[in-house]
Amino acid sequence: MELIGQMKLAEVGDELEVLSTDKGSADDIPEWINKVGHELLDSFEEDGVLHLVVKKTK
Amino acid sequence: MRILIVGGGMGGTILANNLARRLRGELKTGKASITMLSATDQHMYQPGLLYVAVGKMSPDELYRDQASLLESSIRFEVDPVTKFDLAGNNVTTESGKRHDYDIIVVATGSRPHAEGTPGLAEHALQFYTEEDALNMYRSLQEFEGGRVVVAVGVPHKCPMAPLEITFMLIDYFKGRGIMDKVQMHYTYPIGRVHSLEPVANWAVPEFERVGVTYETLFNMKEVTADKVISEEGTETDYDLLVTIPSHKGMAVIEENELGAGGFIPTDRQRLNIEGHDNAFVIGDTTNLPISKAGSTAHFEAEALAENIAATIKIGTPVRDYDGKVFCFIEAGEGRATYAMFNYQNPPDPKPPTKGMHWFKTVYNKMYWASARGLL
Repeated sequence: MELIGQMKLAEVGDELEVLSTDKGSADDIPEWINKVGHELLDSFEEDGVLHLVVKKTK
Repeated sequence: MRILIVGGGMGGTILANNLARRLRGELKTGKASITMLSATDQHMYQPGLLYVAVGKMSPDELYRDQASLLESSIRFEVDPVTKFDLAGNNVTTESGKRHDYDIIVVATGSRPHAEGTPGLAEHALQFYTEEDALNMYRSLQEFEGGRVVVAVGVPHKCPMAPLEITFMLIDYFKGRGIMDKVQMHYTYPIGRVHSLEPVANWAVPEFERVGVTYETLFNMKEVTADKVISEEGTETDYDLLVTIPSHKGMAVIEENELGAGGFIPTDRQRLNIEGHDNAFVIGDTTNLPISKAGSTAHFEAEALAENIAATIKIGTPVRDYDGKVFCFIEAGEGRATYAMFNYQNPPDPKPPTKGMHWFKTVYNKMYWASARGLL
């Protein structure tokens, strides 16, 4: 949810990194990015925290 | 020590009263002062708007004179701030008056922003202002059946509102004897029916039991007279559209470049504005990724009051805000449950009961004691 809100405020070309401990985010965020047409640049887990780096493309 | 509170909503009011009690001696001797600046002389119990929208509360039940809620030691002025000078420790108000401070707390709240989605304000019913809630109730009375769609913007105030309005609308249509002519369809922005996973897990079987269909990963892009088109490339038809619109912080926050979208970057534990030790934020005005809810403002206000008072008395804050939130969830059929959680512990909603619904109904009346800092 936070990513969706922040993407609205971001400019095209901006990169945002989401940190989440929510298990659902691991599937939901890539699926949402794919559906809406943004770009997933990186995804990794560190100390139980999921990191997703997303680029706003439109 | 001059304490300036900007905003007289739930957070600002609870903070001011709590501080006034903690600093009774300092206020009496002139070692401290508390000033509140607000845009209005009225205080609205915003959670009541949900009930106005379905004819369960009257608008006049939602208001009190702001001055009547405040401890007498608090200086209250209806004169909204137009300019913040955080570096200079002062603000300027609409009347042109300058207020210098030692500590400032910004609690200006948020506002619905249906205009951000093309067609939404024209075609959807909403309930975040008195006028909109009354308009929604009048429109519901004229509705004779069809497909009702609930559509949700991001970010929005009151995380439980999408679920609650869905269940309360079912009760309303049942009460009118037209539920057999109504199809309820719920949409939600992320990949489950609520942002909090345990709440989503609770809600899905409730939806299935009462016949609510739902669709996830649905973010409104555009609304026409008969359908909602999503960012994800899908669309859904409606006969009646009810929205929880996206929200923004207040314009003055954006105009002063204090935070994108009107939400101020805030330390999640100390609640200070990032980069400023004597400026704090509570309630909807923070950019914290937690619920924009009255209870959030309430618990933040209590933690911050304790810290400001401690700073004045012993020179240091004494506690962190732990992310505590408590939300009632109206579940329909005269039942309710609740979600209580913080930064570390997710909620665990229990099966709804009639007792919890009555507790919420009573709280709607007891709120004024809460605002006065007595509850």
